[in-house]
Formats: sequence, C-alpha cells, structure tokens
Amino acid sequence: MRLGRVVGTVVSTRKDPRLTGFKLLVVATLTPRLEPDGGYEVAVDTVQAGFKEVVILCTGSSARMTERTKDAPVDAAIVGIVDTVNLD
Amino acid sequence: MNVGRVVGHLISTVKDPGLLGQRILVVEPLNGRERPFFALDAVGTGAGEVVLYVRQREASYAFFPDFVPCDAAIVGVVDELREVLP
Repeated sequence: MRLGRVVGTVVSTRKDPRLTGFKLLVVATLTPRLEPDGGYEVAVDTVQAGFKEVVILCTGSSARMTERTKDAPVDAAIVGIVDTVNLD
Repeated sequence: MNVGRVVGHLISTVKDPGLLGQRILVVEPLNGRERPFFALDAVGTGAGEVVLYVRQREASYAFFPDFVPCDAAIVGVVDELREVLP
C-alpha cells in the first residue's frame, strides 16, 4: 500500500455500469516521508476523502476487496485517511 | 515474497471497515530495488524487525477468511537471514 495526496477529481459520464456512483479522485503518490514521488493514480474513494488530504491507496486486484468496490472494474482504491506517519 | 525491515507505522482513524483493528507498518525492502511501502501486520511485529512480506492481491489472504483491502502484508518474522552465493 502507498500513500497519496488528493489533488483533483475525475468526472466521467459514459462508463462501465458498475462504476456508477463512485467518486474518482486524482491522487499524487507520496513517499513515507510525504514527499511527492512523481506518480499519479486515479482511485475510487471509499472513505469520503477530501481535497489535499493524505490517503492510503490500495492498488491492483486488492482494490476490489472493499465492500463498495466488490466486483467492480477497479484497480486503485482509497481505503483510509492518514492521521500521522511515524518513522523511527 | 521478500524480506524487509520495519521502519515505522501509520495511524489512521477514518478507514475501510475491513482495515479496522489492523496495524499498518512502514516496510523498507532489503533488496534495494523496491521503494518503502506500507503493509498490514498479520503476525505482530515491531519497529526494527526484519520481516517476510507478501505483495499484490495474495497479501489479503494473510487474513483469510476475512476480506481485508490490502496489497501488502507482513506474514513472518525473520530469525536468521543467510545469503547463499554460488
């Protein structure tokens, strides 16, 4: 799992029916020190994340393991909002 | 599967119900190729320990039969690591 910062939204009208009702967010991926690593991902929001919030990204087929994204054609999901990261 | 070192942890209040009660740790892979990432702890490890982790979808099987939305999980604590050279 990786971290990301919400930097935008995606609006799509014509899409797979199983994607209806999902909030699609553009997420800039971050290192554990919360610095941007240059990557971007469009992810389905399952936790009502807001603009500029740091979130937990789950990618690959495990993105379908949440209750909302089950059986949907999704390969990236926001599964949590980060409070703090402690590095030793 | 690969080995890495636990270098920190993450605290999150708002999360998917499947992640409730799970510890999320920062893992630094020891192979030098992968970048640090976040993994769910399936065995009870702590900071500084060398661990065995699994990535991709198979990671959620560490919590079977529960459905846990995770793409990386710590599935073992390494007692001894020996490099075997040809």
